[in-house]
Amino acid sequence: MSNQLSSVLWIYFKRDLIMAFRRRSEIFNPVFFFILTVSIFPLGIGPSPEILQRVAPGVIWVSALFATLLSLERLFRSDFEDGAIEQLLLSKHPTSLLVLAKVVAHWLITGVPLLLMIPVMAILFQLSTETLIGMLVSLAIGTPILSLIGSIGVALTVGLNRGGILLSLLVLPLYTPVLIFGSGLIDAATSHLDYTGLAALMAAMLLLSLTLVPFATASSLRMSVN
Amino acid sequence: MFERFHKYASPKYFYDLATLLIPYFFVISWVVLLTGIGWGLAFSPPDYQQGESVRIIYVHVPSAILSMSAYMFMAVSVFIAMVWRIKIAYMVARSCAPIGAVFTLIALVTGSLWGKPMWGAWWVWDARLTSELILFFIYLGIIALQQAIEDKDLGDRMSGIMVLVGVVNIPIIHYSVIWWNTLHQKATISKMGQPSIDSSMLWPLLLMILAHYLFFATYILMQTRNEVLNREKRKGWVKEVIV
Repeated sequence: MSNQLSSVLWIYFKRDLIMAFRRRSEIFNPVFFFILTVSIFPLGIGPSPEILQRVAPGVIWVSALFATLLSLERLFRSDFEDGAIEQLLLSKHPTSLLVLAKVVAHWLITGVPLLLMIPVMAILFQLSTETLIGMLVSLAIGTPILSLIGSIGVALTVGLNRGGILLSLLVLPLYTPVLIFGSGLIDAATSHLDYTGLAALMAAMLLLSLTLVPFATASSLRMSVN
Repeated sequence: MFERFHKYASPKYFYDLATLLIPYFFVISWVVLLTGIGWGLAFSPPDYQQGESVRIIYVHVPSAILSMSAYMFMAVSVFIAMVWRIKIAYMVARSCAPIGAVFTLIALVTGSLWGKPMWGAWWVWDARLTSELILFFIYLGIIALQQAIEDKDLGDRMSGIMVLVGVVNIPIIHYSVIWWNTLHQKATISKMGQPSIDSSMLWPLLLMILAHYLFFATYILMQTRNEVLNREKRKGWVKEVIV
């Protein structure tokens, strides 16, 4: 039984990855968006390295947040339209776990490419190695939280015709704690302070959302479908 | 026992109860509100440092407390509605969101008016102010979700999930002044033992907090009664009541 469940989870996980790789623009577009927003800030703020280094943590976090927000819809949208979500809900396996498999796949497709771009951003903003490491740590813990919390918002709005702007209204306030602690961690790293406490706090947020969010997402999906 | 419980939770019973209670709540909350505001604005002493502007406390603190209490009340209603499938609890929860948002806005605006003379700025990005602002956005998100879904029962259940998710923000607001070293002052009345506010200011403040709670209760009763009439408008008893 448990063996069967894990193979079903693997199938769902693999299916989402395959679908994403068949349409590569789905992977690259959020990354391009991320790079574009980050590189627009120096044009608006001015090219002075001191200011850029000062605002870099916030700029990169906010851009990552918007990039995730824009990519959230595809977590359930197309599955909702072609009826795959109904199949998922009809499955005898717990919906929350199946949803979790999809969210993990979503993070691999959108969160990890952002992480890979961070070193490039560090060069653009002339950041120190300490800042770069702090940035990687904070985004590595933070972006899965963004995907998880976002999945509730998508599940709630996927049944609505104009869900897009509503999705951001619902999800952005819930993203703020991640943003605050995430950029706080980078600031601590920049000023050579010990940031294990902040990292542990973010990891706690990740664990909390990992255990609770799938249930909320699963029941929202069930409501959206009926 | 549960049969009885469900009888009390029926929309018809709620309507009758609310109709009975509203006049009392209305009168009592006005009396307490006028007493509290008169005492606070005219008879309580000015602060030795802040002068007359301390009187904003009599609106600011109660509405800030209510912004959080209204949210918790809404969350508990949603929880009850989800666990025991009680429709009336969803209607109560739906009535909470707009007034909670208004209390939050009042707390933010009066805080800003108070901040200008005391801190020298309308707004600072301090933990308590920021978390209260986020609470306001969460309220707006919930209202937007409720408005966006045509089917009211479905809208109740879906926004209910959002309400429960947003509960995480409440302890953050409440403990923000303890966890972080903020510009906003720490709690002065809820402290264990001796409150760090003089009784000449404490009493009108407590009265105003009570007045806000009573006003909230009155509003919830009236708004939920409206909601009941609106949703049950095709039922026979509504026709009898209205006509």
